[in-house]
Amino acid sequence: MNPLNAIVFSLVAVGVLVLVALLGAGVADLQYFFGVVVPYAAAAVFFIGVVYRVVYWARSPVPFRIPTTCGQQKSLPWIKHDALENPVTKGQAVMRMVLEVLLFRSLFRNTRLEFRRGPKIDYASAKWLWLGAIVFHYAFLVVFIRHLRFFTEPIPGFIHLIENVDGFLEVGVPRLFLSGVVLLAALTYLFLRRVTVPQLSYISLPADYFPLFLIFGIGLTGILMRYFIKVDVVAAKELTLGLATFHPTVPEGIGSIFYLHLFLVSVLFAYFPFSKLVHMAGVFLSPTRNLPNNSRIQRHINPWNYPVKVHTYEEYEEEFREKMIEAGLPVEKKE
Amino acid sequence: MAKVPKPDELAQIEHRPPESPWTETPVEFRPGTYCYGAKPQNIEPVDMPNPRDWNPADEDWKLPENWKQTVLDGMKLRLNRFRSFKLFMDICVRCGACADKCHYFIGSGDPKNMPVLRAELMRSVYRNDFSTFGKMLKKYAGARELTEDVIKEWFYYYFQCTECRRCSVFCPYGIDTAEITIIGRELLNEIGCQIDWIAGAVANCYRTGNHLGIQPHAFRDMIEFFVDEIEEVTGVRVEPTFNRKGAEILFITPSGDVFADPGTYTLMGYMMLFHEIGLDYTWSTYASEGGNFGLFTSHEMMKRLNAKMYAEAKRLGVKWILGGECGHMWRVINQYMDTMNGPADFLEVPKSPITGTVFENARSTKMTHIVEFTADLIRHGKLNLDPSRNDNKIVTFHDSCNPARAMGILEEPRYILRNVCNHFYEMPENTIRERTFCCGAGTGLNTDEYMEMRMRGGLPRANAVKYVHDKFGVNMLANICAIDRAVFPPLMDYWVPGVDVTGIHELVANALIMKGEKKRTTDLRYEPLPGMEEEEEEEEDV
Repeated sequence: MNPLNAIVFSLVAVGVLVLVALLGAGVADLQYFFGVVVPYAAAAVFFIGVVYRVVYWARSPVPFRIPTTCGQQKSLPWIKHDALENPVTKGQAVMRMVLEVLLFRSLFRNTRLEFRRGPKIDYASAKWLWLGAIVFHYAFLVVFIRHLRFFTEPIPGFIHLIENVDGFLEVGVPRLFLSGVVLLAALTYLFLRRVTVPQLSYISLPADYFPLFLIFGIGLTGILMRYFIKVDVVAAKELTLGLATFHPTVPEGIGSIFYLHLFLVSVLFAYFPFSKLVHMAGVFLSPTRNLPNNSRIQRHINPWNYPVKVHTYEEYEEEFREKMIEAGLPVEKKE
Repeated sequence: MAKVPKPDELAQIEHRPPESPWTETPVEFRPGTYCYGAKPQNIEPVDMPNPRDWNPADEDWKLPENWKQTVLDGMKLRLNRFRSFKLFMDICVRCGACADKCHYFIGSGDPKNMPVLRAELMRSVYRNDFSTFGKMLKKYAGARELTEDVIKEWFYYYFQCTECRRCSVFCPYGIDTAEITIIGRELLNEIGCQIDWIAGAVANCYRTGNHLGIQPHAFRDMIEFFVDEIEEVTGVRVEPTFNRKGAEILFITPSGDVFADPGTYTLMGYMMLFHEIGLDYTWSTYASEGGNFGLFTSHEMMKRLNAKMYAEAKRLGVKWILGGECGHMWRVINQYMDTMNGPADFLEVPKSPITGTVFENARSTKMTHIVEFTADLIRHGKLNLDPSRNDNKIVTFHDSCNPARAMGILEEPRYILRNVCNHFYEMPENTIRERTFCCGAGTGLNTDEYMEMRMRGGLPRANAVKYVHDKFGVNMLANICAIDRAVFPPLMDYWVPGVDVTGIHELVANALIMKGEKKRTTDLRYEPLPGMEEEEEEEEDV
């Protein structure tokens, strides 16, 4: 598909979702449907879908121990072993995963090809992708945690703490949360990168643009709702808390934009298990990262290992015996 | 055979993708960029399907009638057998971090050589036939139907990937294109689409024990020839044994070392070292190949060929196995052998008879890498070395992909190098160790009809060599891989003339002062040792 088509398709898809929510909750007055039915359905799809997906992966075994080693192996005692990049114990492999999941270790290695005439090739430092990715993910995490205030009563202390850190600038009323702005900035970067780097736009599918637009929509409606188009926050919390406690109620007059926001979030949750977004769960299962490189130390078992036809020594000697005897090579069966 | 363009023509590489989307850009089988199809006589001996005469450049590939079902069934089977395959079909986010990490992409600019797109060639079919979204949304979900054109594309690009795993170092999820290429090749093999160079090597390995098809008596003769050569240079006569029961150690090295320069000098190096320390070892003519061309064919073929190592060790009653300098051979030994053909409970944990060091890191597999073994000897002061004998060699070290990224053998060879030569310089940091670049012709692609692509794929490595050649005068590229030793000489001649290629143990042997040796005036290549240039001439005059 050509890049423009992929973008337009995804944009239209998100546009349709926006219209559905605005027409459904705003015009057709289907608040119960958009405020209760859809979120519950989405949550169910999310949890069942993610579990299904992880089980689907886990049903296939890891027949061979295939870690990608990125540092010195453990060999002779006087050679310094790189336990984090080439783990040999489970604990070391866990540490490698921690670096990977929390700090995006592999992405941090990124370089950029610089190809000049000559040819003269360089590999320049390229940390922007790492930065964009890590900022995006952590901003999303902070936003997510902040939103737990809508699903808890009383609100736990750590949410207040996160809010205080997030809003430390103390500007605006209501005070500005950095995470939302940063999230949109990071998304913008990831989108621009995707469309402006020719190779990247060449490989991009609608499935790459759709989540970007969808999350952008979520962030944007969230910001609009908080700072510009006021909604009845008390009523909104009544609804969300009702959802969380399984006593759903739909208070009057929250405002359409709230339903729009909630609908887009629901779509994201429901879409999650069937899309590339499952990398969040998948990264933990990656056999090139989560296994220790100890297959010379400890035998790794392949559950479907089956016997194969081999060319035995006896068959070999049978064919070459005369030549072997002539060349003075020892044989098993002298004739 | 296609003529390879001149280096400056070849270096005109455009890294901008074409206008047409990749799904609508058909493969062009241009001579020099693809390998010949397997001949019937090379796949029949190992019972592979669909033997026939065919040419990838032809319109008709003579695929078996039910080829499509075979491939789809094969995919299903492998999705159930390999978590890696399943997971890597699902979790790529197409961030593009891998794109410019592939040596073939850097050297060709072909977007389908970006690891992400190479994998999408397979993922698009996976979505079409194994995913609900893909079935519903078709091309909007990035799905496409499996057609003969897709098979041709797979063949072209899965035999344009050397399974070097460099991309997997940079992937945030560790997605390993090698896993996808391995599966891709397995599926192609199921419908008879193998390349001849691999098929021939596999058939030879199966029958004669080594990929060159050397029969037992000839194998012995070839090694005996190098015994004479060693005597000529050093005055010492080494005495290798073959298929000897009761030897302490079975030694297995890639057969390329027995056959072609400069690997043969490395072979001489092994034998000189073993003689000097009085090692009780034997060669085997049956298990006479370290390399495993099955790895480039299928998991099953890898197991079939690898089985000889343990079988022979058991038959001969050795205590443990020592392995020579080879790349993918060591990937197989480290990551597959024990799982496939173990447990090797008839062997003992490798222990150096010279130093007493127990190689705990090979406790289960019972097979030690020769650079581990030699580094330990040097560390314990067991070798009398004169590194100045290598003073005319300005050396750099190429980490072979598999020892680096599938094992982590990084320091051992460097330690040896620092002890056997005085001039050792590293290539730039982003091109060595786990970030090392492929030689451009691994996984059985080191065939001559593929020369243009080899020069392209080897460009990133050659370019880094050129950097140290220009800066430090490097004239010797050391490595621990037989394919490297076969592939680098033409690559260096093409991109960096004036750089020779050597195995580590050739340099060890040059520096090794042997008991009872004569006054050595040349290295193993009959080139004068530093300071001996005149004596050499005199000798020649006489």
